[in-house]
Amino acid sequence: MQMPTKPQTGMMSRPTVARNSTFQWWQRRRTRNVWLKLIIYALLLGLGLLFMIPFLFMLSSSLKDPQEVWRVPPSWVPNPVFWQNYPYALAQMPFLGYFRNTALLVAGVEIGRLLTASMTAFAFARLRFRWRGPLFILVLSTMMIPFQVTLIPQYLIFKNLQWLNSLKPLIVPAFFGGGAFYVFLLRQFFMTIPLDYDDAARIDGASYFDIFLRIILPLSMPVLGTVAIFTFMEQWNDLLGPLIYLNTADKQTLSIGIAMWSKGGAYPAVHFFSHTMAIALLMSLPPVIIFFLFQRHFIQGVVISGVKG
Amino acid sequence: MAIAKGLTSKLGGSVSLRQHEERIAFLFLTPWLIGFLAFTAFPIVASLFLSLTEYPILKSPEFVGIRNYVYMITGDPLFWQSLKVTTIYTVAIVPLQLVTAYALAILLNQAVHGLSVFRTVFFLPAVTPAVATALMWMWVFHPEIGLANAALAVIGVEGPKWLASTEWALPTFIIISLWGIGGGMVIYLAGLQSVPTALYEAAELDGAGAWARFVHVTLPMTSPVILFVTVTSMIGSFQVFTAAFVMTDGGPVNATLFFVLHLYNYGWRFLQMGYASALAWVLFIIILGLTLLLLRLSGRLIYYEAEERA
Repeated sequence: MQMPTKPQTGMMSRPTVARNSTFQWWQRRRTRNVWLKLIIYALLLGLGLLFMIPFLFMLSSSLKDPQEVWRVPPSWVPNPVFWQNYPYALAQMPFLGYFRNTALLVAGVEIGRLLTASMTAFAFARLRFRWRGPLFILVLSTMMIPFQVTLIPQYLIFKNLQWLNSLKPLIVPAFFGGGAFYVFLLRQFFMTIPLDYDDAARIDGASYFDIFLRIILPLSMPVLGTVAIFTFMEQWNDLLGPLIYLNTADKQTLSIGIAMWSKGGAYPAVHFFSHTMAIALLMSLPPVIIFFLFQRHFIQGVVISGVKG
Repeated sequence: MAIAKGLTSKLGGSVSLRQHEERIAFLFLTPWLIGFLAFTAFPIVASLFLSLTEYPILKSPEFVGIRNYVYMITGDPLFWQSLKVTTIYTVAIVPLQLVTAYALAILLNQAVHGLSVFRTVFFLPAVTPAVATALMWMWVFHPEIGLANAALAVIGVEGPKWLASTEWALPTFIIISLWGIGGGMVIYLAGLQSVPTALYEAAELDGAGAWARFVHVTLPMTSPVILFVTVTSMIGSFQVFTAAFVMTDGGPVNATLFFVLHLYNYGWRFLQMGYASALAWVLFIIILGLTLLLLRLSGRLIYYEAEERA
C-alpha cells in the first residue's frame, strides 16, 4: 500500500512572484546555509569516526591471531577471526573473582550512598533546624578538598581497624553521608518538590520517616537513578582506592586486577596484545551497556551537575 | 491539635512540634555527621599534623616541624619534576579541551538530524573505564605495531616512539586526553541549547552577523558554564593518576611523573606517610589557589542572568 506523499514543498513552492532583490538575498542565503550544513555534517562524521577508531582498533585486535597482530600496517578485519583470545585471556587471571569483587563494591557503595546521602539531603531540603545554613555550607566546602588530603589518615584509620585488604575501607565510608556532591545533587532535587505534600501528610498523621520513604523518595526516582549511575561508573573505574587497600588477587577489583596483570612480566608478548584488548573490552562492556540503557538519565545528570552546580 | 498532642505524648510530653522537627533532622543528619567527623574533619587535622612529622609507617610519627616542606623545595628534585609535568599538562590541556569541546558543542548544536547519535559517539570515551582506555592507548601508540605510526607511515612520516620517548610521552598524554572531551561537550551543548532564541532574533534584527551574535550573545550567555567546566577540568588535570599509573608509571625517566603519582610513590612505595601528607597539602593549596585565581580573573567576564534581574 502506497501512502499518499505530500507534494515536495520547499523547492516547488517558491514565491515566484517576489522576483526582487529581497528574494535573491534570501535564495543566496539559503544556498549558503545548505553548504554550511554539508560542511558541518562532514566535520561531525569525520570527527565521529576519529573518536570511534580506537574502539574499532581494540575490537579488531582482540580478534586477531598471534601472527596477524604483528602485521604492519595493522589490518582492520581479522582473518581468521580468532575468538579464542577471549577464553585464553580470561584463563590468565581470576576474572570472575575480580568481577564478583567489583560487583560487591558497587552494590555496597550504592546502598550506602543512596540511603545516607538522601537522608542527609532530606534534612537539608525539608526540615527546619538550627544551623541549617552554616551546616550546608560546610557540606559544600568539603567538596573543595582534594581526596588525597584525607587519603593518608583514612588509610591509617583503616589500617588500625585491620580492615586492609578488604572491601570495607571502600564501602563503609559511603554509609556515612555518601559524599558531598551527591548530597548536593539530591538536595537540589528534593527542594523542587512542593512542601505542601509534607504538610498534607503531616495532617494525615504521617511521621517524617513516612514522608521521606513514601513521598520524597518515590518522587525522586530520576535523581536517585542519576546518583546510582554516577556511582556505578565511579566505582567501576576507580583505581587509586583499590590499589591502596586491596593487596591480594582474591580481594581485588577489575580495575586494579587488570592493571596489575598488564604490568606482570613473564607473559609471552605475542599473545599479550590481543589478550589485553580482549580483557579491556570485556571490562568496558558493563559501563557501556549501562550508559546505553540509561543514556538520558546519565547525560541529564552530567548536565545538571554542570549547569546548576 | 491532635497530631501535636499525639507527638508530644509519644516523646515524653515536653517537646514542641518545632523541637520535634529539630530532633528528627539531627537523626537524619547523624550518618553524615559521623562521616564528616571521622572521614573528613579528623583526617584533615591529622594530615596537617602528619605533614609536620617524619613517619615511616612501621615506626611512630616524629615531629620535625617544616622539614618536609623544606626538603620538598630544596632536596627533592622529583617534586619539581612532578610539578613541572603536571603544570605543563594542565596549561596545555585546559585551554585545548575548552576550545575543542566548545567548538564540538557548537557544531552539534547546528546539526538537527542525528544529534543524539553524535552526542553518544563523542560521549562514549567518557564512560569507558580509564584502565581499559589506558591499555587501549598503549597499543594505539605502540612504536612498532601501533595504529598511530601506521597512519603516519601512510603519509610517509616516521612516527616517534610516543609513550616510550622522553620527549613525546607527555604530549601523548595530552593527545589522549583530547579524546575525553565528551563530558565537557555535553555540558556546553546543554548550555548552548538553553540560550533563548529570542536573543538571537533580536540581535539579527539589529543587524548582527553570525560572528557578532556569537561574541555578543552565545559567549556571554554560556560563560558561567565555561567557567564551571574550566575550573573542574583544571582540578581534574592536577589529579591525573590512573592513566599515568597504567601506561607509563611515571616513565620514561620521570617524563610523565604526575603529582599524584609522586605522592602515591612516597606514601605507598616508600611508605613515608609524613612526606606524602606534606605533598597532599601542597596539592590542596595549589588547587585552591588556582581555583580562586580563576574565579577572580573571570569575575568580570562572566555574565550571570540572575544578578542582572536582581
